[in-house]
Amino acid sequence: MDAIILQILNGLDKGSAYALIALGLTLIFGTLGVVNFAHGALFMIGAFCAVTLSRILTLSHTIVDPERTDFLGNPLKVEVPYIHDLLGATAGDKVIDWAVPLSVLFAIPIMIAVGVIMERGLIKYFYKRPHADQILVTFGLAIVLQEVIKYFYGANPIPTPAPEAFKGSLDFGAALGFDPNVIIYPYWRIVYFGFSVVIIGGVFAFLQFTTFGMVVRAGMADRETVGLLGINIDRRFTIMFGIAAAVAGLAGVMYTPINSPNYHMGMDFLVLSFVVVVVGGMGSLPGAVLAGFLLGILESFASMREIIAIIPGINQVIIYLVAILILLTRPRGLMGRQGVMED
Amino acid sequence: MLKLTKSDFNLMLLVAALTLLAPFILNPFPTDSAMAQFNAGYPDLMQRFVIFGILAVGFNILFGLTGYLSFGHAAFLGVGSYAAVWMFKLLSMNVLPAIVLSVAISGLFALVIGYISLRRSGIYFSILTLAFAQMMFALAYSVLTPITGGETGLQLALDDPRIFGASQTPGGNIPVPSLFGLEMRESFDLVLGAWVFTFNFGYYFCALVLLASFYLAIRIFRSPFGLMLRAVKSNQQRMNYTGLNTRPYTLAAFVISGMYAGLAGGLMASMDPLAGAERMQWTASGEIVLMTILGGVGTLIGPVLGAGFIKYFENIFSKINDNVLHEWFAFLPDGIENFMVFIIHPFIGKGWHLTLGLLFMLVVIYLPGGLVEGGQKLAAWFQKRGQKTETSKSKIEPAE
Amino acid sequence: MSKTTLTRRGLIKSGAIGSAGLALPTIFTAQSAHAFTNEPTGSTVTLGFNVPQTGPYADEGADELRAFELAVEHLNGGGDSGMLSTFSSKVLQGNGILGKKVSYVTGDTQTKSDAARASAKSMIEKDGAVMISGGSSSGVAVAVQALCQEAGVIFMAGLTHSNDTTGKDKRANGFRHFFNSYMSGAALAPVLANAYGTDRKAYHLTADYNWGYTTEEAVRSSTEAMGWETVAAVKTPLTQTDFSSYIAPVLQSGADTLVLNHYGGNMVNSLTNAVQFGLRDKQVNGKDFQIVVPLYSRLMAKGAGANVKGIYGSTNWHWSLSDAGSKAFVKSFGTKYGFPPSQAAHTCYVQTLLYADAVQRAGSFAPCAVAEALEDFEFDGLGNGKTLYRGTDHQCFKDVIVVKGAENPTSSFDLLEVVEVTPVDQITYEPDHPQFAGGALGTCNNGV
Repeated sequence: MDAIILQILNGLDKGSAYALIALGLTLIFGTLGVVNFAHGALFMIGAFCAVTLSRILTLSHTIVDPERTDFLGNPLKVEVPYIHDLLGATAGDKVIDWAVPLSVLFAIPIMIAVGVIMERGLIKYFYKRPHADQILVTFGLAIVLQEVIKYFYGANPIPTPAPEAFKGSLDFGAALGFDPNVIIYPYWRIVYFGFSVVIIGGVFAFLQFTTFGMVVRAGMADRETVGLLGINIDRRFTIMFGIAAAVAGLAGVMYTPINSPNYHMGMDFLVLSFVVVVVGGMGSLPGAVLAGFLLGILESFASMREIIAIIPGINQVIIYLVAILILLTRPRGLMGRQGVMED
Repeated sequence: MLKLTKSDFNLMLLVAALTLLAPFILNPFPTDSAMAQFNAGYPDLMQRFVIFGILAVGFNILFGLTGYLSFGHAAFLGVGSYAAVWMFKLLSMNVLPAIVLSVAISGLFALVIGYISLRRSGIYFSILTLAFAQMMFALAYSVLTPITGGETGLQLALDDPRIFGASQTPGGNIPVPSLFGLEMRESFDLVLGAWVFTFNFGYYFCALVLLASFYLAIRIFRSPFGLMLRAVKSNQQRMNYTGLNTRPYTLAAFVISGMYAGLAGGLMASMDPLAGAERMQWTASGEIVLMTILGGVGTLIGPVLGAGFIKYFENIFSKINDNVLHEWFAFLPDGIENFMVFIIHPFIGKGWHLTLGLLFMLVVIYLPGGLVEGGQKLAAWFQKRGQKTETSKSKIEPAE
Repeated sequence: MSKTTLTRRGLIKSGAIGSAGLALPTIFTAQSAHAFTNEPTGSTVTLGFNVPQTGPYADEGADELRAFELAVEHLNGGGDSGMLSTFSSKVLQGNGILGKKVSYVTGDTQTKSDAARASAKSMIEKDGAVMISGGSSSGVAVAVQALCQEAGVIFMAGLTHSNDTTGKDKRANGFRHFFNSYMSGAALAPVLANAYGTDRKAYHLTADYNWGYTTEEAVRSSTEAMGWETVAAVKTPLTQTDFSSYIAPVLQSGADTLVLNHYGGNMVNSLTNAVQFGLRDKQVNGKDFQIVVPLYSRLMAKGAGANVKGIYGSTNWHWSLSDAGSKAFVKSFGTKYGFPPSQAAHTCYVQTLLYADAVQRAGSFAPCAVAEALEDFEFDGLGNGKTLYRGTDHQCFKDVIVVKGAENPTSSFDLLEVVEVTPVDQITYEPDHPQFAGGALGTCNNGV
């Protein structure tokens, strides 16, 4: 029982990451009809916004410490962040410690700008081109983006820890009456889950309750008619692209303490996010979110050693197996609309 | 001729000339010159060109004709290679049974996967094929290690049975793949002045298989069956309304293209007897898709060009290092030399991915029909220029 | 056996061109005129350095490449001659190998066996390389080793830790300086028993591929011999990035030690996740919960950051070692590049020197002669103390370094500190040890 509760928690957390990435993708892919292979790269750029901010915060000048020596026996050069000079050592360290949450604010304008530039500069010329061309151009873009990041940040993962205040984990089990230490969950992952819920809710509310959202939804359903009504749907789609990029980027920022970011993390998530979107059903936002959580939870269950013992290798294939079963029983995924990307 | 129209026959001739003369075409620079870095006429890369060409031609039979985008095609390549290596381990080092089995086994896999996946269309079909391929990759890498060799790949060993051949050579080594005793790695060099051209038996074996597969592909493209597949692409619904069941046609196309991939896998193992699981990963499938789109979807020769393009960058650009750059620019003054190296450095060696990504974007932006369109544009431009000079000539003439 | 193999471009490049270039075209050069594959006949010899330049291990590959460049520089008499001056064998004169200037070509393995073989093949077929070295994973090492055996060139393995490389997949033309899973287990177990006691309950998370299997087996058997109990061992997919669902059940199982048989990105993520779950702050069975990482590298430690603090692991070599060889190497590497070398760089540098030395002693580049010179060769001064290249399986036997994540690192280089140098006797095993069973070395191949 406790094991099952634990894996449901894990699944919700994994699922919230999947849902968040898939949400951004389905805004572009499921609604604008653009097969965006660069979506993973957006996620990755978001993560590197956090890295960049913590690099900015730790920008340092060096002072030579004659007492100690470096590996070659020369006097050690100690790096002192400018922020220490600015705010003093304690307050400065506090700010550096909070780099990841601060990056959320830092990432939003950057990601929106990246999204808008991408759409205006490249994607808009590809709306009417075949999907094959979209795949090639966005895949090329994804490679270029990740190689640029690799050029500046290297290939090694870069540790970006969560603030000290979120270290450690909460003992859920004790609250539910189980033995202590049986169901524990890290604070940061709880934060991540809450953050996803807020973002997902925000995007839905935005589309559901604002005039802008209404027009966009109408545009998704029938772009031509909306255009004929004299509404500039293109501009709104650009904004949607910006929002999608921001959602992907924020997912990346908040993910950095869970996985140290590296330049190919986008590609690692790319295939998975496509699977999630398609399993959820093309053109359906709730579908993508639902599929994200479903796959997250099933993946967590499949990683239990009791289950691996019965079916070896199930943890390797569970997501794909579930995707196949769902697509065979439900032709358009969980909640897909007819006619979207079906030919 | 060969039951082909004139233009198809010319295309066939072109492909034949390109493949058979490849050792010359791909080695344009003298062996000792600085530009020799760009020579691609060594056996391994030439073999890869034609093998991936076969793979892409086969993929195009499915994608180019029916519009069904399989994102898991590399799985058949992997299955084919595993089948071939197992034949080398169990039966003999003769490549024929290995290739026959790899085609058969991958055809079988294609039949099962195609039968299931073709129940859906569009993106749903793509994801189904992707899911099957990823499952096969993940299992081959881990749980199925006893059958597939896992991480290290399936390899030959000195104690393999090889019931119709020898387990070891008299010298105590593992025998190499051959065609009735003629080893695939056998090659000779032709030295012409400063140039060296290598003729490799394995390469010509692959080239002949490519020609045969290319011929078969042309025949399929021009057959009533091919017409039916094109009809599926343009409007499957209408086809269904006319009371026609399109499924058998698409399934046949899927299986044929899977068998092409298996053939490529078998050839790959015959040239280099090792089968690794990475061959089935989604990135490998994606590469096939990219090759086809890059070359030109639905064209006959496009995929072959696309395959050559990608493999060329992977194998040639990744090997250029700063040392080589310094050699190239050694004639420049030091400052400028270092500057040039600094500028080019990000695009070569470990940066070959960046160059490839940029080229993908440039090609698709400026040549919507892929490399084939580039070729056509180039040809048209030459024609125009030819006409211009002709007209200008005729204008000049009266003045004389 | 037929006498043909891969082309002899190297020969033609250096020798034949000089004369034949001016002469009439030679028709189809015969293949049997050379004693072995890519016999260098000109004034240079070409080595092939095949390292990951793209993909997750690109930084490790870049470090290997730096070491190779340094080694070539030293062999050709440039720089401060590094470990050449501390190496116990003194036949290398700094004038190349056998008087031939050393040149090299590089390639990208992409950490994929296919790509690595393609790259190695192009070095052999196109560039005339007579030796291939490098690599950052066992899958690649085993694949390229088999290729070199077939082609008739020497393979000097780079970073490869799986038992299989010199176990069931060993080849007569392949040599490994790096240590292996068995040695990690044998070196770690006593240190762990010392630090954490002998009645621990261990929970293994193991990367689900060959290297993971051999490492788990090695650590398990060595720690169990010390009295530890293995509660569970769970395999994790290579492509896994979030290990939460594997780590969460660890405490519940009653285990008090977590062993992460992961490498590279897998290890960085699983360790980060484990620390995030607060495992190390917990008490189980009245003992502090502990984490162990059998194979460490400095780059991985850098990726995991502060999470490595106080965590034990093993490594082939570490720059803070104080013997003369290590010091000389760190000095010349550090002066040239500005930071200390990684263990991957060290093993690649040493392998290049060992190859050059063996050629020099053998007086020939012929693979069989080189192999004979390397087999059962004893040397010192290359950073790991007295070392033996065992002839029966082509594995180096030397001291193994047990390290621990530093509590108060002063820079991003000293994230690890050496805890103990386990003497070679403790980690030596018989060639027919069950963990290395199967496979045969075969006979060396000169190609041609």
